[in-house]
Amino acid sequence: MANETRAPLMEIRHLKEYFAIPNKGMLHAVDDISFTVNEGETLGLVGESGCGKSTVGNVVVRLLNPTDGEVLYRGENVFDAQKARSFELRKKIQLIFQDPYSSLNPSKTVYQTLAEAYLVHGEKRGPALDEKIRKLVARAGLEDYVLEKYPHELDGGRRQLVGIARCLSLDPEFIVCDEPVSALDVSIQAKIINLLMDMQKELGISYLFISHDLSVVKHISHRIAVMYLGQIVEIADKDEIFDNTLHPYSIALLSAVPKLEFDKASTRIVLKGDVPSPINPGEGCRFAQRCWMAREACAKSCPALQEVGPNHFVACHYYQESQARCAELLREQANGQKEESV
Amino acid sequence: MEPLLAIQDLHAEYRTGRSVAHALNGVTLSIMPGEAFGLVGETGAGKTTTALCTMRLMPRDVGRITKGSVRFDGQTIVDMSKAKKRLVGKPKVPGLSEAKLTDLRGKEIAMIFQNPLTSLNPVYTIKDQIGLVYNAHEHLSKKDTRDKVAEILKTVGILPERMDDYPHQFSGGMRQRVGIAAAMALNPKLLIADEPTTALDVTIQAQILELMKKLQHQNASSLLMITHNLGIIAELCQRVAVMYAGTIVEMGAVRDVFTNPAHPYTVGLLGAIPSLTTKSDRLSYIPGNVVNSSMIPSGCPFHPRCAHCTEQCRKEQPPVTAVSAGHYAACWKGGHIDG
Repeated sequence: MANETRAPLMEIRHLKEYFAIPNKGMLHAVDDISFTVNEGETLGLVGESGCGKSTVGNVVVRLLNPTDGEVLYRGENVFDAQKARSFELRKKIQLIFQDPYSSLNPSKTVYQTLAEAYLVHGEKRGPALDEKIRKLVARAGLEDYVLEKYPHELDGGRRQLVGIARCLSLDPEFIVCDEPVSALDVSIQAKIINLLMDMQKELGISYLFISHDLSVVKHISHRIAVMYLGQIVEIADKDEIFDNTLHPYSIALLSAVPKLEFDKASTRIVLKGDVPSPINPGEGCRFAQRCWMAREACAKSCPALQEVGPNHFVACHYYQESQARCAELLREQANGQKEESV
Repeated sequence: MEPLLAIQDLHAEYRTGRSVAHALNGVTLSIMPGEAFGLVGETGAGKTTTALCTMRLMPRDVGRITKGSVRFDGQTIVDMSKAKKRLVGKPKVPGLSEAKLTDLRGKEIAMIFQNPLTSLNPVYTIKDQIGLVYNAHEHLSKKDTRDKVAEILKTVGILPERMDDYPHQFSGGMRQRVGIAAAMALNPKLLIADEPTTALDVTIQAQILELMKKLQHQNASSLLMITHNLGIIAELCQRVAVMYAGTIVEMGAVRDVFTNPAHPYTVGLLGAIPSLTTKSDRLSYIPGNVVNSSMIPSGCPFHPRCAHCTEQCRKEQPPVTAVSAGHYAACWKGGHIDG
């Protein structure tokens, strides 16, 4: 891949975010995460609820201050930036929220919502601003009439487009998309995804695309990181992670998605139990409790993320065996089913 | 073979203030004994209303069935053609009496709800809630109820020791298992699952789907699966109906409908979903918005969003025509939408 030639736009180094829970201990929402996002690239961040995806997004846009670690934007640590500089940086790093129903101010018209960012950043009211906003709305694929409307007068799809328009207003270079389509119907969802991809092509914007929907992430991302309980367990180029999945959690996660396929033997690995609590996690691998190939060593030490192929990182002690073990397990399952039906 | 459930030309509406939402506008479907039937569609298509009508559980103040009939296992749950005009008071729903319906619900037809947190009562232990099903229908003693609850909890993969816990002590996936246990308690002939996994994570969803597959296979009960996830339908069901604006626009064997869709809406829906297995650069999407059920367009309800719309589509509602054996679509083009 040509990734080495491109400088990373965003670099996240050893990010940690802990929350103190009274009488219980420390909740390790994000535990030592590092990744980069290159210019014009989309990094998909997938994982189940409670794994820390949104916390990562919130730290990157500086809605939360990290317990430890750095977020470098073009080599500059955003948490060291003083007030004026931080104000400038906020223009460059923007966020699209999940829920278009609660992320727009209900007492402001769309025009007021969109004008706010410009006014905060020193633009003057007048025809020039009106023209800018009209262009912005058109860019997001909305009709002019929505400018006069209040959020409750718009449907979910249009509201999310307003959210995207607002986020575009200050010409950002990096956008964190936190589940931008999961509240929308499929027919609308496709329109939003297309728009995000078009914007990237035209404006060269980079995305951190957070979602639990693997098929959406696969469609939009160049690289994908899989998170489990506050840690990245596998990160690789899109095709690599789908064709050559190595971490046992990623394998199970990918197999869990119901697919539109017929005549195929079941290739599903069903994980037992639920995601354990992120409060005071133990020493060992976070996934060991639910892992279908866990051994003694897994409970003792937490595997580090190691490079196992070009741009392919996995955090598992036994990643070399995972695919063979998976095939074995599926064979056993198939035999078991045959016996049952006999 | 007689169908277990037969819904004929069902119309239903919700009245709130001055506006009337036409939730169902002529739904006809039938489910065979032992069959798993899928119902897909977007928000507001009428999927849940269809399920509620089958059990006559429409909210009494605002919702009512205006036309059509529902028959279940030789009983008439509702038949509006037998409705008598009443001059005073609310019209009586012609069909089974409330007492008989109460007998039917939970025993012959049971339902699994979308949100396992709100469908369980927070102030009762799960033993009390599942036990309620046994109490209401079988009048068991306390001890027998306990044994029965322990047994059903085991089948859904929950330790019987936990039966004295409250819903908030369980995770989302476990709560849904409790919901399934309560629904399966008396081995109903028809199980209605209304988006049972939408609120759950994929790995937990996989657990629940495998469990439902196993139970349905064991008990040979029929399943009405309501979801917007086409993958779940492909995995679980034999036949599927695609709903739009309170009507069924396409119906047939899952494979026929998904590999050879005949209605432009189905085509659009399938094109809008990014696939894990194939590569494509752009998703096709359906222009416009999901229809507002208080302003259903004339003619074919899908015509304002349809790329193949003609003058006829705007004026007349298309009839249901057979595309192939057992595969029907309600479209004037009758499955020939390429030309």
